[in-house]
Amino acid sequence: MSVIVVLIGASLLVATGFLIAYLWAVKHGQYDDKYTPSVRILFEEEKKSENRNQKSEINSKE
Amino acid sequence: MEQLEVLERKTETKLYCFHCGDECPDEIIHIDEKIFCCNGCKTVYEILNNSNLCNYYSIDNNPGITRKHHIKRNYDFLNDNDLKLKLIDFSNGKRTQLTFDIPQMHCSSCIWILENLYKLNPRIISSKVNFLQKKIFISYQEEKTSLKDIVELLDSIGYEPRLNLDNHKEEKNKNEYRNLYYKIGIAGFCFGNIMLLSFPEYLSIDVAGHEELKRIFAYLNIILSLPVFFYSANNYFISAWKGLKKKFINIDVPIALGIAVLFVRSIVEIVFMHGAGYLDSLSGLVFFLLIGKLFQNKTYETLNFERNYKSYFPIAVTIQENKIETTIPVEKLQIGDRLIIRNNELIPADSILIKGNANIDYGFVTGESVPINRVNGEIVYAGGKQIGSAIEVETIKDVSQSYLTQLWNNKAFRKDQEHEQESRIMSFANTVSKYFTITILALAVIAALIWHNNSTLAFNAFTAVLIVACPCALALSTPFALGNTLRIFGKNKFYLKNTFIIEKLAAVNSIVFDKTGTITENNSSSVEFIGEKLNDDEKTFIKSVVRNSTHSLSTAIFDSIDSKVIKIIDVFDEQPGKGIYAVINGNEIKLGSRIFINENHEQEEDEFSTKVFLSINRKVKGYFNITNMYRNGLRETISELEHNYELALLSGDNEGEKEKLRKFFGTDNELHFRQSPQDKLDFILRLQGNGKKVLMIGDGLNDAGALKQSDVGISVSDNTNNFSPACDGIMDSKSFYRLKDFIRFSNSSMKIIFSSFVLSLIYNLIGLGFAFTGMLSPLIAAILMPVSSITAVVFTTVSTNILAKRRGLI
Repeated sequence: MSVIVVLIGASLLVATGFLIAYLWAVKHGQYDDKYTPSVRILFEEEKKSENRNQKSEINSKE
Repeated sequence: MEQLEVLERKTETKLYCFHCGDECPDEIIHIDEKIFCCNGCKTVYEILNNSNLCNYYSIDNNPGITRKHHIKRNYDFLNDNDLKLKLIDFSNGKRTQLTFDIPQMHCSSCIWILENLYKLNPRIISSKVNFLQKKIFISYQEEKTSLKDIVELLDSIGYEPRLNLDNHKEEKNKNEYRNLYYKIGIAGFCFGNIMLLSFPEYLSIDVAGHEELKRIFAYLNIILSLPVFFYSANNYFISAWKGLKKKFINIDVPIALGIAVLFVRSIVEIVFMHGAGYLDSLSGLVFFLLIGKLFQNKTYETLNFERNYKSYFPIAVTIQENKIETTIPVEKLQIGDRLIIRNNELIPADSILIKGNANIDYGFVTGESVPINRVNGEIVYAGGKQIGSAIEVETIKDVSQSYLTQLWNNKAFRKDQEHEQESRIMSFANTVSKYFTITILALAVIAALIWHNNSTLAFNAFTAVLIVACPCALALSTPFALGNTLRIFGKNKFYLKNTFIIEKLAAVNSIVFDKTGTITENNSSSVEFIGEKLNDDEKTFIKSVVRNSTHSLSTAIFDSIDSKVIKIIDVFDEQPGKGIYAVINGNEIKLGSRIFINENHEQEEDEFSTKVFLSINRKVKGYFNITNMYRNGLRETISELEHNYELALLSGDNEGEKEKLRKFFGTDNELHFRQSPQDKLDFILRLQGNGKKVLMIGDGLNDAGALKQSDVGISVSDNTNNFSPACDGIMDSKSFYRLKDFIRFSNSSMKIIFSSFVLSLIYNLIGLGFAFTGMLSPLIAAILMPVSSITAVVFTTVSTNILAKRRGLI
């Protein structure tokens, strides 16, 4: 029986962890803007594309 | 002639601007094998190209904002320290942060370029966009770059920020928004865990021999329900208390009562009777109610429904003192100040013209776009826009006391808050809750009396009635039905300030229209040439001439002539307020007012329509007659609305179109012309005095008072990002013909809420059966409550969607 008590304590602890994570996320504005990040993540990073250009230039030279 | 042929061939295939995607006219501006519609677009491309930011064009096709109508503004006023402090959010002397509204933001490319601003100006540390709110947050190095530089940079690439001095209100909204998320999170967490711990109870699992386990679960439930009761649900108690203090029973009273009784009874059961309590129902109820609130809180953040006159005026003006020009914030403007008003600047206060050629466009105020000429010594009114060279004026009234702005001193603008509160109180749910609360309290007492010889049972029955009758279904059906209606309207480009407006819209029985800009179209007008028939060459000349002018009448004539264009014009001279003189291939062409064409002619005001006279080689050919075009579907809209509503038309214009309008409005409805903004407001007041619920549909600043005074004020706009006066809703002009559908649909929504209320009453009756017999077990409560709430939610959402589909709204 005490096993159940320990289990419940553990599960509550885990759940509280998630709750805290959620509250932290709200506090740091993660729910303020629900659209822009979805677009932002698709932008290629500038450096990579430059590298690629350089590479393709090198390739073409070869 | 050779040139003509070349151009003709090129126009056969349509060309689109690489920057903004507009169709390119005749003339081709190109660079790097890319075509642009105007030099403005080309310049932006060059700026971006120089900084290797051409990725802008590969994210979305033709993402740019057309620069054809761009007017370069002077941003010197941003060097004023007082203004600067008002515009920036934070500064530590080195690093400064600010937030701008950028209404032009519309695609992924916009996000990309705005977040890469630091490549255009290395002093910008970072820039971050919130697309839905159309805001940009910029931080920059104060010492090395200025606010002015940043605004100019944004303007140069087509994202002119909207400078606004009162941004503080939004902070508060943001906090409220976050608070709701906190509350939902906590309520959801507790709800889930409490249900888990209540499972043995639901399944009647035999825990014989493990009594202490059951006790542990029950006490854990109490601990978990504390944050729900004291934090997540606190708004219901506060609102109920506020209502009661004003001797008014709002919908939150029975809800708060239900929650409180649930909590008290559960604690009593657990502590004294070793029972299980109803804490699962309590936390579930609060969780669902908060979700409903979130659903109802849909707001159109980018649209601004509340504006005062200040939002229309420039935030700074140029004054001349001892022959030195300085810029001061508009609030500091005093009577007697000498102002310099440049091309396309607004006059902020009623003034006397001192120097210069005043040619004032009052389109902003009256909707009439033809500029009016004024001579020295005459009064120019606030809200007018100077077209042409700079003028000097001396203010004779305060900004707040001007002809236009004094409207805001009317009490219609002061009752704002009360107004809001009142509309909440009058809502269906609140009206019903008064009777509801009294009835269930009476029933609870009766139930207790029935069992009066058994105090435990009496307590059980009394509390059970209050628990079961908690109007959660009613409290949920309103936000879900109206929230969904709001979204459906939004999809049809009809944006309402909040859900309470839908109820008010359903109650309307009188509709008042404004004319210019509301039932007539702003940008398109019908142009008719009256006079000698023009041959093809002449048409070509005229079209070529007018395309060089940005005047609204020139644009209208340009659109109306179907002909090709010649690039080279030998002489071009546009005289503001008069007309255009041009020479093409040796032909003298004059377009303009009657006196401009024929100097001997006396000025003769033709009131009924706008005429542009034409002479070619000094011979008067005739005139272009330009009249407003009525909106699509106006006739159908009016003839349908006529049956059920009292209609009226208020126009600031003269009676010129009276006969035409009679055909639309029939003989029963009132038509009023030459109405000042104050007259319009008074007309609405008079209707309301006769017990009418008035819907006002207008557009300009001149309708501001009427929109505010009416029960529901809706502003029609060609571009919903543009300025519109304070109102309850903003309607895209393309949706105007759906007006009757919108009104009908809000009626249907109210009926749906009513049906859902009846449905929830049935549930309540079933529950009351259990309650009266004292047999409401936690399990039955745990089933009945969510089931009734979920039915209410599903019923309202599904039925609003079905109805919307049937009406063609989605």
